[in-house]
Amino acid sequence: MGDICNFWRLLKTPGLAVAALITLLPSTVWAQEAAMGIDEKINTAIAPVSNFIAYYIFYTVPVGGTDFPLIVGWLVIAASVFTLYFGFIQFRYFGHAISLVKGDYSDPDDAGEVSHFQALATALSGTVGLGNIAGVAVAVSIGGAGATFWMILAGLLGMASKFTECTLGVKFRNEYGDGTVSGGPMYYLEKGFALKNMPGLGKGLGIFFAICCIGGAVGGGNMFQANQSFKQFVTVTGGDASFFADKGWLFGIVMAVVVGVVIIGGIKSIARVTEKVVPFMAVIYVGAALVIIVMNYDMVGWAFGEIFTGAFTGAGVAGGVVGALIQGFKRAAFSNEAGIGSASIAHSAVRTKEPITEGFVSLLEPFIDTVVICTMTALVIIITGKLGSGLTGVDLTSSAFESAFSWFPYLLAVAVILFAFSTMISWSYYGLKAWTYLVGEDKKMELVFKIGFCLFVILGSSMTLGPVIDFSDSMIFAMAIPNIIGLYVLMPFVKAELEQYTAKLASGEIRKFKHS
Amino acid sequence: MSNVFIVGYDGTKDGRRALDFALERAKSQNAAVHIVYVLEWSPYSFLTPEELEKRHARRKEEVELASNQIMSPLLKELEGSGVTVEGIIRYGKIPEVICDVAKKAGATQIIVGRNGGSDIAARFFGSVPGTLVQIAPVPITVVP
Repeated sequence: MGDICNFWRLLKTPGLAVAALITLLPSTVWAQEAAMGIDEKINTAIAPVSNFIAYYIFYTVPVGGTDFPLIVGWLVIAASVFTLYFGFIQFRYFGHAISLVKGDYSDPDDAGEVSHFQALATALSGTVGLGNIAGVAVAVSIGGAGATFWMILAGLLGMASKFTECTLGVKFRNEYGDGTVSGGPMYYLEKGFALKNMPGLGKGLGIFFAICCIGGAVGGGNMFQANQSFKQFVTVTGGDASFFADKGWLFGIVMAVVVGVVIIGGIKSIARVTEKVVPFMAVIYVGAALVIIVMNYDMVGWAFGEIFTGAFTGAGVAGGVVGALIQGFKRAAFSNEAGIGSASIAHSAVRTKEPITEGFVSLLEPFIDTVVICTMTALVIIITGKLGSGLTGVDLTSSAFESAFSWFPYLLAVAVILFAFSTMISWSYYGLKAWTYLVGEDKKMELVFKIGFCLFVILGSSMTLGPVIDFSDSMIFAMAIPNIIGLYVLMPFVKAELEQYTAKLASGEIRKFKHS
Repeated sequence: MSNVFIVGYDGTKDGRRALDFALERAKSQNAAVHIVYVLEWSPYSFLTPEELEKRHARRKEEVELASNQIMSPLLKELEGSGVTVEGIIRYGKIPEVICDVAKKAGATQIIVGRNGGSDIAARFFGSVPGTLVQIAPVPITVVP
């Protein structure tokens, strides 16, 4: 019972729902008991701080009988504002974005530079992960089938936020003599606000963003990922009876060494292998979902019926329509990170003559992440009739796929670990960029961060750290506060970029290169 | 338009045989030789965020290296050969780049070497000469 109460408390802090659900698994209760000593000490030390921060970041107001976290509203309202301000850019330029990714506009003489496709793939590998597998299951198990509709809507709106932040990331990045670049919200906050005669505010917001980003990288981008992949690893290797059941530290050390080899040792081949396997996993996942959907083609109409009626009637859902809407919005925002500012850091590294092209490319991310992959998960859960089975989180997704393919849980476990790994590599970079923004570009200080990052991998997988994860989750979403303030102030710059770019497109100055 | 031969060169003995063959023919036919050195590159490979950031700097280094280590010494050596020689360094898939260069230069033929192996990998994945034979816009000579 204590566990259940704890679970509901945790669930109010949205990003944590997945962690809560998985730690509730009977097979993992051992972990809490085994690690009680050190775990408990760390928890007690960090709990007051983390509770304080989480309370304000995930501050909820009652709406229609359900608690609505303001930060979710903050993200969705911003996405709607950008959608209107740029005149539904995500629909008007969707085809152009695909054209850019295909390389239609790439100058052959620039071959060897980072392509749009590579920037998109790298940014995606940082966002596709547990949110797509477990987060969606949480959304539909609590918010009903109708939550899917709101999730898709939030994903579509989020495309405009990504467009805005990634364009700014490229526009205001720092370029150094050796050809390397540093960019992201901290740089556009500082430089953009200076142009608007608010240098002090810009610098302050930039520092605030960088601090939150480091917290988010170490927590949500590292410990949470390590923790969840270890849980999955134990589940498939035999649960309680697994040799690894009480050896989180061992899993952590192995994972930390692999991460360290990549980020400190610079051994790119390992990263490249996972970066290759991750999209492959995503394709298998979506492919398996499609097969299930096709096998049950007669149910697809019914499933969409459920999604639409659920979205507007909220039948059988706590909080009705509003309850379904909150769940959908929450999961979309937490899955695609639109408005958080993280993807902007990855995209700003791309060398392009037109900053806005990175904005166009990035608007595909929430589409792929939320509108495609999350929707697939939701459809499979609804079609296989597993909704209402009492399961939730990874368990629900796993059992829905298992009903069609018995081997799927194993594949899912591998996918979770690989997704976690690639998310860690991406976030180690985001954290590092925020760190060097604060302490300066210095090789020694970079190494300090990287070593620290690896140590947190071990901590994350060997302990059950409710408050720590709570804290780091809040940090990721706290990034949205300075970032979105910045986007509101700086969006005229993006508009100007858009206007000059469309003029060049119209005049034929920017045109497709003929491919032989 | 003057007579241009395109030679795919990779710095190996096989490449050198092809080049020597081309130079000999060029001399007798009064043709120019364009030597193409290709750095294998796919815009669809996957990079970590750190590689993304360093890519531009790496590219500069790679081009400099190819130029200083391979192309410049070669061009210097060929200065007195009596044939007009041009060196080209490009990124991309080797056969595609060679064809592209040939088209742009209005070349009359392409000359490449082969490694002479009959290994299984080449059977499965194809080889540069094999692909070129299929896609070349002008006649092609493969030098054994």
